[in-house]
Amino acid sequence: MSASRRQFLTHLIAGGAAAGSLSMPVWPANSLSEQLPESMQKAGGEFTNYGQPSAHEQAIIRWIAANPDMPGNGVSWTPLHELQGTITPNGLHFERHHNGVPQIDPTEHQLLIHGLVERPLTFSIDALKRYPMQSRICFIECGGNSNASWRSVPIQSPAGYTHGLASNAEWTGIPLKILLEEVGLKPDAKWAIAEAADGASLNISLPVDKLLDDTLLALYQNGERLRPENGYPLRLILPGWEGITHVKWLRQLHFVETPAMTRDETAAYTDLMPDGRARQFSFEMQAKSIITSPSVGMTLPDNPGVYQVTGLAWSGRGKISKVEVSADGGDSWVEAELQQPVLSKAFSRFSLPWQWQGQYAVLQSRATDETGYVQPDRETLLAERGKHGFYHFNAIISWEVSEDGNISHVYV
Amino acid sequence: MFMFNKLLPLLLLGQIGISSAQIYAPNLGQPAAVIAQQPQWHLTILPDGSNLPQGKGTATQGKHIFAAQCAACHGPAGIGGSALALTGEVGTLTDEYPEKTVNSYWPYPTTLFDYIRRAMPPQAPYSLSPDELYALTAYILSQDAIIGADLALTQDNLPLVTMPNRDGFYSPSPKP
Repeated sequence: MSASRRQFLTHLIAGGAAAGSLSMPVWPANSLSEQLPESMQKAGGEFTNYGQPSAHEQAIIRWIAANPDMPGNGVSWTPLHELQGTITPNGLHFERHHNGVPQIDPTEHQLLIHGLVERPLTFSIDALKRYPMQSRICFIECGGNSNASWRSVPIQSPAGYTHGLASNAEWTGIPLKILLEEVGLKPDAKWAIAEAADGASLNISLPVDKLLDDTLLALYQNGERLRPENGYPLRLILPGWEGITHVKWLRQLHFVETPAMTRDETAAYTDLMPDGRARQFSFEMQAKSIITSPSVGMTLPDNPGVYQVTGLAWSGRGKISKVEVSADGGDSWVEAELQQPVLSKAFSRFSLPWQWQGQYAVLQSRATDETGYVQPDRETLLAERGKHGFYHFNAIISWEVSEDGNISHVYV
Repeated sequence: MFMFNKLLPLLLLGQIGISSAQIYAPNLGQPAAVIAQQPQWHLTILPDGSNLPQGKGTATQGKHIFAAQCAACHGPAGIGGSALALTGEVGTLTDEYPEKTVNSYWPYPTTLFDYIRRAMPPQAPYSLSPDELYALTAYILSQDAIIGADLALTQDNLPLVTMPNRDGFYSPSPKP
């Protein structure tokens, strides 16, 4: 530094100190310690090898529902009503297991691709890590998400604990197409039976067109290796398709000509329609949205007050093009702001400020996707699908705000 | 000399195979023609009976196995336990309260054999022998007279059993 520049900086510092001494209060000795938080007056905690949420956030957890006679058969919900943004933290991604979480040694695990292929091949995890990878932010939604909404009486659980069998993460892995080119599919390979290495040997038939399109063989979830409960060491990601198709703990893809009619594509994840016939292989999740805050179980503290109505919207068919919000049970709608960028087959965060004046209100959100599909109201969905549905509920959700600010779930 | 310096990095990149124009797969799959013939990779039983193991069992034999292995969760006759109902309710799918049991809803008998073998009992999948699996399948199906109580189910006749809801499923259009 030149002499003149050093001189200039010195003058500045001196000038600043002089100005400060004129305006700053004079503190008595030791009084700062009474004014400053404790955290500023001592050394902090040690480094950690793997970070955990704050001790004050320990209540932000997945809720678990499982069969007491078969504790590995059940679900855990993402607490959507407690989260912001669009990415689900790995420890809070929803779970659906059919017979528990297997602990798999990646050095022992192999993926076999065979059946109607030119060259049946196995792949070790170490080998797969050397393939070109892509990352894709997308949602996974269980086909049974929101199933309590089919009941005749509206459930009053917090929003995530009814609708949180849906999560959104960045998945990184190998475009499956690369491996399918390596094995060489025969012309009559129309379906692959995917099979998991868990205690249910979960198996399901997947159409080859989707596997050659945007399917990923995922090794990473939000930048780190998959969690055991999300398929470690290897899972399928079929963007936009229902959760059961994203087979975790994948051990084989067996190419065949016709579907295997496994339990999870016949007995489960099918929709019994009012005429007694059942819809099968529906796969694509239709557009859906939910206001996560304010939502059922919360109370508005200030009357009047300004509240940020916010929530999530997603579609298995592409991008969300619009989310509208109503405060009067669907009589009038206002378009909400969408967090950018809006990604295809991924959670989109919407928000809208709302001036509450203490009046009775019914908050709703309604998503439209880029195909023009509009999220139906509950009455329309029930008219199409009957009263006794269990899977694939995507109707508008209604939160009733009472004059004292309490929020409950209602059907309108 | 100037030209040489400019070209050298490009030549090196070319020699070590870096290219942005095309995905080069490393082709690390190991030949598996022999492994792919092994039975542990052919667990899924297709509706035509492919992959069914040899064996046989009757409903009478299955009744005892069911009592020991299944009834605690599924109820003494496959209904009324903490687990999903397996039997009864045939013909209820258009009722005010339809019930989806194995016998009322599942379209293929092979699915029942497949699912019991891979997932049941949950604490010990694959612990039942093929004969026990045929017997259990026969017991469940016979509860609603889908097969006779005396019929010995085998790998040959199981795929021929017609479930009551065989034609009850359809795919959205266009088919995937």
